Amino acid sequence: MKRMAVVLSAAIFSFAMIAAMLELPTPVVNLSDVVAAQMAASGVHHPVTAVLLNFRGYDTLLEIAVLLLALFGVLAVAISGTKETVAAPSPADAVVQTLARIAAPLMVLAAVYLLWIGAHRAGGAFQAGAVLAAGAVLLHLAGLLPGWGPPGIRLRVGLVGGFLVFLAVAGAMLAQGALLQYPPWQAGYLILLIEACLGMSLGLILAGLFLFLS
Amino acid sequence: MSAGLIFACTGVLLFTMGVAGVVLIDHLVRRILAFNLMGSGVFLVLVGLAQRTDHLDPVPQAMVLTGIVVALAATALALALARRLFALTGKCTLPEVDDD
Repeated sequence: MKRMAVVLSAAIFSFAMIAAMLELPTPVVNLSDVVAAQMAASGVHHPVTAVLLNFRGYDTLLEIAVLLLALFGVLAVAISGTKETVAAPSPADAVVQTLARIAAPLMVLAAVYLLWIGAHRAGGAFQAGAVLAAGAVLLHLAGLLPGWGPPGIRLRVGLVGGFLVFLAVAGAMLAQGALLQYPPWQAGYLILLIEACLGMSLGLILAGLFLFLS
Repeated sequence: MSAGLIFACTGVLLFTMGVAGVVLIDHLVRRILAFNLMGSGVFLVLVGLAQRTDHLDPVPQAMVLTGIVVALAATALALALARRLFALTGKCTLPEVDDD
């Protein structure tokens, strides 16, 4: 009975939603024109990076804070949790280990490239962080990197560093008038600094979400 | 009908499938998967609707990029909690509550 009701209401909802979207008028405010008009002041050449790190910097600042919160939640569950399940990494196939050893430095290289190219085309700190974290998970699954225990001081600094640098830059911009309003001649350098720190922290956080639990 | 609208309509279908899954499925890991399907549907709607005119709008793309990372973090936290629940109770479902 419950199943019937849910399926029926879901069907009605999707029908109404699709019908509404087919009737949707063209938007009155064209945000892409606004972004294109302000690109020169953003300090980067790629519109998505400009929106993420400059025009909508709040979103990104809060996003990294949300990621940190999720990591703290995972840490709270993992560290107090079942430590006896933590075992030495199981020895994987020799071929897998060799491939992981070859792939890991290339993934670090790809991450740096993605970080750098973010100013000009698709790429940026989040993609770089994801590749770094994937490299760490790959090494762990190949049995080359043990799971993480409670973090030491260096790991803690690495985890929160991106957020703190971003927050410090945002706070320093308060002297200019508004939070996260970069002066156009410094915007490129500031965004590169923030992205480099964010990329490293994101890689550690995303890897931590996996490695603290294993 | 432009390609963007087709993406948006697919997104609506994915979203409703995800909602139905969250409501109907008891197994927590499958429920988390359904929750992710829901989120992916929302992202498709956002990106698809932004592409229905010929302009490429970077603002929804940046929002979706933000959303993907947050969804990933939420999924990791949910999986950690589900694992903890399994370690404590040996079950992958939430305890039954008689409310009706």
